[in-house]
Amino acid sequence: MGRWLLRRLAAAALIVWLVATATFFLVALAPGDITQRLADTRVSPQVREQWRRAFGLDRPLVTRYAEWIGGAVRGDLSTSWTTYRPVAAMIGEALPNTVLLTAAGLLLELLGGVAIALRQARRPFGVGDRLLTFATLLAFAMPTFWVALLLADVFAFRLPLFPPSHMHSPAGELAVGWRRLADLAHHSVLPVLAIGITGVGAIARYVRGSLLDERGQGYVLAARARGCSARRTLRVHALPNALLPLITVLGLSLPFLVSGSLVIEVVFSWPGMGQLVYSAALARDLPTLMGGTVVITVAVVLGNLVADVAYAMVDPRVRLGGAA
Amino acid sequence: MSWRELPARLRHGIAVLGVLAGACVAGPWMARDPTTIVEPAHAGLLPPASSRWVAELRDGSRTAAHAAQRTDAGWILSGRGEPRTIPAGAVVSVRRQTFWLGTDALGRDVLARLLWGGRVSLAVGVVALLVAVVAGTSLGLLAGWRGGLVDGVLMRLADALLAIPALFLLLLLAATFRPSLTVLILMLGGLSWMGVARLVRGQVLSLKEREFVLAARGIGASGLRIALVHLLPNTITPLSQDAALRLGDLILAEASLSFLGFGVAPPLPSWGGMVADGGEVLGTAWWLIVVPGVAVAAVVIGAALLADGLGELARQEGAP
Repeated sequence: MGRWLLRRLAAAALIVWLVATATFFLVALAPGDITQRLADTRVSPQVREQWRRAFGLDRPLVTRYAEWIGGAVRGDLSTSWTTYRPVAAMIGEALPNTVLLTAAGLLLELLGGVAIALRQARRPFGVGDRLLTFATLLAFAMPTFWVALLLADVFAFRLPLFPPSHMHSPAGELAVGWRRLADLAHHSVLPVLAIGITGVGAIARYVRGSLLDERGQGYVLAARARGCSARRTLRVHALPNALLPLITVLGLSLPFLVSGSLVIEVVFSWPGMGQLVYSAALARDLPTLMGGTVVITVAVVLGNLVADVAYAMVDPRVRLGGAA
Repeated sequence: MSWRELPARLRHGIAVLGVLAGACVAGPWMARDPTTIVEPAHAGLLPPASSRWVAELRDGSRTAAHAAQRTDAGWILSGRGEPRTIPAGAVVSVRRQTFWLGTDALGRDVLARLLWGGRVSLAVGVVALLVAVVAGTSLGLLAGWRGGLVDGVLMRLADALLAIPALFLLLLLAATFRPSLTVLILMLGGLSWMGVARLVRGQVLSLKEREFVLAARGIGASGLRIALVHLLPNTITPLSQDAALRLGDLILAEASLSFLGFGVAPPLPSWGGMVADGGEVLGTAWWLIVVPGVAVAAVVIGAALLADGLGELARQEGAP
């Protein structure tokens, strides 16, 4: 286990290094002069030369690469071109907000998906199952940004129940304790719903499939034969086993969850990683973009690692690292 | 095998995608130019199925009115304000036009934009898919057949690219490169070859020790010939299923990018961009958001049905 973990950590580090290198060279070797695209208005060559010097673009590629990687290892992701603040500090403020949003969204996805799948598996191929199958396909196919806008349109403008943007209202920002928390919860209803609705389809389809697989297994028939109710068999016997592979699916779906929340953060002006990267892309703020991409990659790689370890812990049939 | 014998999902998938693609390919010839602006005062944000008189003028502009009347002085167009008289010589045509899906804030016909935008969105998706399939298949064949260092490097690269949320990388690229339709297609295709490559590589690894490949080697066939003639045809079934699902993903990715303003650039219409336009007037014109979103969802559903159906077909043929 220890050796397996070390090997996996090394592989994860390799992937992160590859991503950091790839993003650097992609940006550094892109044709054309990036300073030409920093401002919409025409800027004199002198000013652009000043920018190039200020951003360190006049130094050799190798030096810049060494500085970028060396800094990244020490947690220094250089300075933003728009705010002139350390990128790491900006990410430090944004990341918790994104984690909060995606965690809540993921929880909703999971609970909703499992509930739908349980309902479907009670009478497979019946009318209810077919309707729900179509509904989950629909949820899976709807673009995230579209669901977010529709939710905002209906529940923030037509029926003004929830605020359409930001994490806090001005008053909630100043409040402390429960009031602040309530304000945050009120603001997060629509974005969390948007994540939940678009993600619930995939989870429900997956769990339904594995529940139906488990139904044919011997232990399920044995439970029924002992006089266990169909409902209890499904929930107590089949469900835990059907949920096992979901851990891996969740680990693999982390990038999608983060991408999806990017659009949702933009629609709801949620001050997270997605919003940060989006505004950096608008302003061609390359250091922030590169830093954001690397940090997100680290999060995703670690997430996959955690999913693998968790899978091995809950499923005794899986032994990490084989015989070693 | 006749059409009726195909799995139901496959038929539904083909039907959904066929109708949409057919409408988008044929539609723009019938529909009006999506960028022409009908004078906003009379035709902006019209709800679906409303009609107006539309006069097309010699200078290329269009004017909408509630009523139109032909007199000796020319056409009298009356709307909310004072009636306007336009000399008959300046008018190309005046006709009653129904905007079945309404108009946007600039008075553009949503139906025309939907069909034109569909053309753009579908073309970008399909070409990007081709890029991804060609690149992924070649790299997968190479990695699986050669093995060793080539395999190691390619697969680690694929792992790394798969680990980054696609939208982050796409935004990074969009900010770095001067955006154009070609760049957009290459970006989308270049970020989705990894899954294809993994799939093909897996197939090759399992096929390459089989007798027919050994036999081909034995009679002295070259590596390229074995890859193209013996290995490639055996990967078609899983590949087609994967490609169908990927088409949906690519359409969604293009729509997301265009929605964020980094994809298809206006005035060229695209479904994602149309939803973004609708977002500008949130709470007033539901059809601007609903219509293009339904189109995107329909394509993705069609692609998912197609993928399911292809899988079913493969199982049917596999079981004699």
